[in-house]
Amino acid sequence: MNWLSELGRRLQMLLRRDEFDSDLEEEMKLHIQMRVDQQIKEGVSEKAAQAAARRQFGNVLSLREQSQDAWGWRWLEQLVQDVRYGIRTIFRAPGFATITVLTLALGIGGTTAIFSAVYPILFQPLPYPNSDRITMIWEIGREGKRDEGTFGMYRELAERNQSYDSIAEIKPWQPTMTGVDQPERLDGQRVSATYFKVLGIAPALGRDFQQSEDQLNGASVAILSDSLWRRRFGADPDVVGRKARLDDKSFTIIGVMPNRFENVLDPTAELWTTLQYDMSQGRAWGHHLRAVGRLRHDVTMSQAIAELNEIGQAVLEEQHPETYRQEVKFLAISLHDDVIRGVKPALMAIMAAVLLVLVIACVNVTNLLLARGVHRRGEFALRAALGAGRGRLLRQLLTESLLLAAFGGLVGIIIADFGVHALVSLSPPGLPRVNAIAINYAVFVFGIAITTLIGVAFGLIPALHASRRDPNGDLQYGSPRSAGGHRRTRNSLVIVEVALALVLLVSSGLLLRSLQRLFAVDTGFDSSRLLTMLVQTSTIRFSDKDAINRFFEQSLEAVKRVPGVSAAAFTSQLPMSGDSDLYGVQFDPVPLDDPGEIRGTFRYAISPDYLELMRIPLKSGRYLEEHDGSDAPLVAVISESLVKRRLKGLDPLGQRLRIGTGPLYTVVGVVGDVRQVSLALSEPDAVYTTASQWRSTDNSMSLVVRARNEAMPSVSDLRRAIWSVDKDQPVLRVRTMDDLLAASAEERRFALIVFEAFAAAALVLAAAGLYGVLSGSVAERTREFGVRLALGASRESILSLVVRQGLILTGLGIAIGLAGAVASSQALVSMLYGITSLDPVTYFGVVLVLTVVSILACAVPAWRAVNVDPAITLRAE
Amino acid sequence: MPVRREISQRDEIPPGTLYMLILKTLSRSGELHGYEIANSIQQMSGDVLQVEEGSLYPALQRMLLKGWVRAEWGVTPENRRARYYRLTTLGRKELELEVSQFQRVFEAIQQVLRPA
Repeated sequence: MNWLSELGRRLQMLLRRDEFDSDLEEEMKLHIQMRVDQQIKEGVSEKAAQAAARRQFGNVLSLREQSQDAWGWRWLEQLVQDVRYGIRTIFRAPGFATITVLTLALGIGGTTAIFSAVYPILFQPLPYPNSDRITMIWEIGREGKRDEGTFGMYRELAERNQSYDSIAEIKPWQPTMTGVDQPERLDGQRVSATYFKVLGIAPALGRDFQQSEDQLNGASVAILSDSLWRRRFGADPDVVGRKARLDDKSFTIIGVMPNRFENVLDPTAELWTTLQYDMSQGRAWGHHLRAVGRLRHDVTMSQAIAELNEIGQAVLEEQHPETYRQEVKFLAISLHDDVIRGVKPALMAIMAAVLLVLVIACVNVTNLLLARGVHRRGEFALRAALGAGRGRLLRQLLTESLLLAAFGGLVGIIIADFGVHALVSLSPPGLPRVNAIAINYAVFVFGIAITTLIGVAFGLIPALHASRRDPNGDLQYGSPRSAGGHRRTRNSLVIVEVALALVLLVSSGLLLRSLQRLFAVDTGFDSSRLLTMLVQTSTIRFSDKDAINRFFEQSLEAVKRVPGVSAAAFTSQLPMSGDSDLYGVQFDPVPLDDPGEIRGTFRYAISPDYLELMRIPLKSGRYLEEHDGSDAPLVAVISESLVKRRLKGLDPLGQRLRIGTGPLYTVVGVVGDVRQVSLALSEPDAVYTTASQWRSTDNSMSLVVRARNEAMPSVSDLRRAIWSVDKDQPVLRVRTMDDLLAASAEERRFALIVFEAFAAAALVLAAAGLYGVLSGSVAERTREFGVRLALGASRESILSLVVRQGLILTGLGIAIGLAGAVASSQALVSMLYGITSLDPVTYFGVVLVLTVVSILACAVPAWRAVNVDPAITLRAE
Repeated sequence: MPVRREISQRDEIPPGTLYMLILKTLSRSGELHGYEIANSIQQMSGDVLQVEEGSLYPALQRMLLKGWVRAEWGVTPENRRARYYRLTTLGRKELELEVSQFQRVFEAIQQVLRPA
């Protein structure tokens, strides 16, 4: 271990440098003294002896340096020197340093945050073994839309296909767990027994489902997620075999999934049970099941699709299910693509936006360094004249640039960390794989590398200047008067910055206007002072319909007595809540030119005063009323859109219709259209019946309460009122209607917030760049302005000179930016609502904002130019 | 350098051999300080070899680093504080290595120079 002990000695020397230096000095002094003594003894005069001894010894200073060099610490000493000097220089120009560091930090931090958030979602493979082999299997419905599959078809596909190792079907499941202190509704999934095999993840505790458990009336078994196991079962290691009461049925717990298991097909699901479907059930051919499969390793996606299509066609011919048309086609798409399909356009747009910010940051840093280089040319000429080598100058500038980059990186990582947290907490609920988001250090390093590279490249220009040219010229013109040939470069950089900022501003402007339009959409009801909650009935006591209806009626009475409540009603589905209960409506007799059902009609079972409470306007006929009870003739109220589309020219009142396969209802009223699914989606066909006239029962109903005034009634009072009727019924999803409306626009709002942040950053950076260039040019021309003023130029003319210079740059930037914005806004089309990507208001507004900001950025340097005192400036040089 | 020629007719030591000479000197005399090493090399070479005296010190530093010599402060017979250098085992090995290397090169050069 020679090198090791050598390193030890080296370090020892480093730690005892002072001792080393004094030892060496003493040693050398002694040597020379002894030589002098010897010469004197030989008869040389003392003066001559001194001279001879020194000559013979050599250059003491240089020898001492050589001795120190031997230990290999010289680079460190110089580095310390450079860093010290660099820090001093930075603090001598704190404004420059602050702007540079912040610009760098913004670029590095923003890019890191966004890429950290987007990378796991868009690019990281899903956390399953050979995840690229997992595909979703959709049926292609009318107009090429993806349709959910049927159990009948799935069964045949699973049996006959050669392309998949296994296929599974899934549907949502929201059981209420009782028998514990508080009833709780859980999010779960009903799945084929093969589900976890498709994903390739086995339970950490217990076992997977067995085929025998996935049959009608098979054993009721459940697998828990790690989180549910910890939350409700105290992480009991012996949980396997324990029972749980779900929807009043006893389930045996057979397994617990691993902690790291990520269920991308429903991230909120906490427990799973088997589908237990059978061909004897009416729903066997209903399109309501998602299918996912694991491709065999040697089969391609298109081979699989061809085989599925072939099997599907054969099945249709053999069994003629009514829910299918003449042919069926399938779509296999990788699970990853399927999961990110909804968010991909928004995320790609956001990524493009942050790249723009990074480019703007780089442009700004370049500009700052160039401007600074001009100012320091004199300093470097002086140092070169004093004998500093080119390498030494370069190294010092390099150190300074790296120091700035290091500071920028430091602040950047703070911004990135903050940004990632902000993004996760702001993220819309539909964003997949949020748990996988973490700061991506590869991106961080990339950000630092690119900005450093720029810093190094442009930071070195003054040093190259100083060493290349005759320092004499620069020394003489080392004042800011030497404008420098970089002005044109810097001007074009500012133009670029303005153009890029415009692109970002237009994008965020378009999103902002979309969101405004969206919130201005008429929902069809009055959302003010509405409090909503989901009330479930789950226990065995309510097995019959009357008991359930009685419970809801009594609850309603109790709720109406709560202070602050002005009206209350129940509905089987609530607009904006995610409910979506669609039926096929058939008129009887069928009207001429009835185009028939397209997407289905929303079916609402309501308490009679629901429509009035929601202030859904009555267009003709009457609302549903108290006397439309279970013994009265069946009546329904339908939406205006249904009348317009299906009953062309007919009087809707008195028409008779069937909801699904049930009995005939008589239309007694027509009401306005309502947005059910989201603000952006206009699918308004609706039919309303009273709950007591609906043939089956809805186990859960949404309670809607209109408050008397702005202060909402207390939720716990409402809960207590419901529990006074029966204390075992869970009350869930308590939200004001305004919250639900906002949530419906969540994804757009998320994109908007991110874009607004970037656009603001871009605007600030562009303004800073413009300001920097103009104030630089004003400083350079101070003398010229002084001369002009002395010769009688008016202050106004100088003011307009400077402002004009700035506005020309802005104007050019805006012109280029407009072209870029028109092109780039195409990428946003899918996120826009109610406006085109060429919305003139947005473009006009953005140009206005940018112009105003540029004028402000020009104003300060212009004002400074005007206030030049010619006497002082002329004398100054 | 002409200045030095005026003092005495001596030759500079061939490059690369300074270490070897220092090592050899120390191995012969045991413990020496810098001035003694310089004198000793000069004397042993019959006053032919001339060390630029100061250059001993960077060389000694490098040898300390390599672990070939060890240094300790002591007192000269004239009662002056001086740093004495002494060979280590590692240094002894290095000396053997360098001597054999030098001899190989030296013999080779002689062969080249031998009259045909």
